[in-house]
Amino acid sequence: MSADTDVEVLRRQGRIVVVGASLAGLRAAETLREQGFTGSLTVIGDEPYEPYDRPPLSKQALLGRARPEDTALPRRRDIDAVWRLGVAAEGLDRDAKQVRLANGDTVAYDRLLITTGTRARPWIHPEEAGLDGVFVLRTRDDSARLCRKLTGGVSRVLVIGAGFTGSEVASACRELGLEVTVAERGPAPLVGALGGVVGAVADRLQRRHGVDLRCGISVTALEGDYVGRLRRAHLSDGSAIDVDVAVVSLGAVRNTEWLAGSGLAAGPRGIACDAGCRVFDVNGIVTDDIYAAGDVARSPHPLFDYQFLSLEHWGNAVEQAEIAAHNMICAGPDRRPHLWLPMFWSSQFGVNIKSVGVPPLGDQLVVAQGTLGEERFVAVYGYRGRVIAAASFDGAKWLGFYQQQIESGAPFPPEYRTVDRRTETLEPVDPAFPDPHLPTHGPTVTLTGHSPSERRIKFVPSHA
Amino acid sequence: MRLVVDLNRCQGFAQCVFLAPDVFSLHGEEALLFSPRFDETQRDRVEKAAAACPVQAILVDYSDEPTKGAEPHVG
Ligand SMILES: Cc1cc2nc3c(=O)[nH]c(=O)nc-3n(C[C@H](O)[C@H](O)[C@H](O)COP(=O)(O)OP(=O)(O)OC[C@H]3O[C@@H](n4cnc5c(N)ncnc54)[C@H](O)[C@@H]3O)c2cc1C
Ligand code: SF4
Repeated sequence: MSADTDVEVLRRQGRIVVVGASLAGLRAAETLREQGFTGSLTVIGDEPYEPYDRPPLSKQALLGRARPEDTALPRRRDIDAVWRLGVAAEGLDRDAKQVRLANGDTVAYDRLLITTGTRARPWIHPEEAGLDGVFVLRTRDDSARLCRKLTGGVSRVLVIGAGFTGSEVASACRELGLEVTVAERGPAPLVGALGGVVGAVADRLQRRHGVDLRCGISVTALEGDYVGRLRRAHLSDGSAIDVDVAVVSLGAVRNTEWLAGSGLAAGPRGIACDAGCRVFDVNGIVTDDIYAAGDVARSPHPLFDYQFLSLEHWGNAVEQAEIAAHNMICAGPDRRPHLWLPMFWSSQFGVNIKSVGVPPLGDQLVVAQGTLGEERFVAVYGYRGRVIAAASFDGAKWLGFYQQQIESGAPFPPEYRTVDRRTETLEPVDPAFPDPHLPTHGPTVTLTGHSPSERRIKFVPSHA
Repeated sequence: MRLVVDLNRCQGFAQCVFLAPDVFSLHGEEALLFSPRFDETQRDRVEKAAAACPVQAILVDYSDEPTKGAEPHVG
């Protein structure tokens, strides 16, 4: 139809469909209207709720400072959309330009945006995962169920996996006065995201707050009683612990199954798209009518040698959604690339943890501000002579500076004298990332670089 | 009324905590906690806090357009 060729017609009376009614979907819908799109806009989401914010679900919500049902996202403007909530998209027919819904309806589009995100990776044994007391944490409902359980009198909580979500859950449990055991397969908490040097600080932090932390150990089985209530967990060192709650925090799985057979380059690692958010088909040909953004997307980044980068970060979902929305209703030369520098925050045990750049790319690390011992510092990661990332524990005000350093390819180790004279050493050390070939739920990117000017990243499947 | 803080931007200056202590609080030295939903009596304070944030990290509702359209029979 004419809307395919004529951007002006598309902007006035085209049909845009967004699948995935969460952070990226909402921000894209707002941006479309902001930029003057007056056609019809349909937002499809399988959850029955309006778009809500997830980060508070493992922080404020578990601490009882906000109810999970109160995390609906604020609106930047009216979006005049047709909301189809509580119904999943089940298939995509690219010839007919239609999305098929679980209730049999079809929705036609001129432009389609996919923001179906990820879901929590479930416990490996389905029968054990079904026990009363076994939880994951991704949705508003998950959080509400877990909150109810944690305040209902439990004796010991087991957290499986000490990535960011698992560590935040453990932190909240301690603050609620609950006994908690954390089982982590790697050598330290957060090791996949920040490496073993910083992981050792997270390790001390957890133990000091009374977490029974067990690293280098995996949970082998969850055992229930005769009515199907969780009672005990068995660990790889042969021991067992009595628990009534287990929170499975083993990372996320991308929601791409509904695109099977559509001919799009969509799989377990996400949906491949170009830097302008246009989705590739299985032959590596870019589509011009289908876009992707947020946790489900992966796209090339020039800072990382144009290797595909997939991020599960709040800020990335917002930025990428805005770029996708802009590009959907623009002619080619006006399109913009998504060149966001990865950025992330977490708070646990009263410490504000932030990172900028891609720490797992780092081959060296210096503590540029503060000291590891004080649990208050900025660690700067270098990759073959350049600053590639920085992570702070209660040092947020420094990160803007390191963001500039990363963007300008500043030399590593830093040449300047830091303001903070207590810094124990500026001698670079190995940041101690685990072998990327070993299975982990942590990093989404790993390094395969060659020369100082090249920064290559490769994707490792989440369960190798 | 709904709000969200872009915690990538937030640098823990605590300006908002000072202006609307019922809605914003610090957890430890610099981790910000906020109530994503606040009631009308707090509106004035929250708007002041949003305006005063040095890095403009606080987003407050600009629309209360309802989200209609939950499918009743499917899930
Ligand atoms: C507990 C928790 C804590 C977090 N904390 C932080 C943090 O501190 N800092 C940070 O940077 N990030 C954090 N994140 C990550 C952040 O929330 C995500 O990056 C962000 O939500 C991504 O948004 P999205 O819209 O791309 O995907 P999602 O939020 O995953 O939304 C995708 C939506 O699409 C729906 N959907 C899926 N399949 C279909 C289908 N077939 N049809 C219709 N709808 C479908 C899903 O149900 C979901 O509602 C956290 C996430 C969680 C879960
Ligand atoms: S005023 Fe802004 S920067 Fe300061 S704590 Fe509040 S949100 Fe963060």
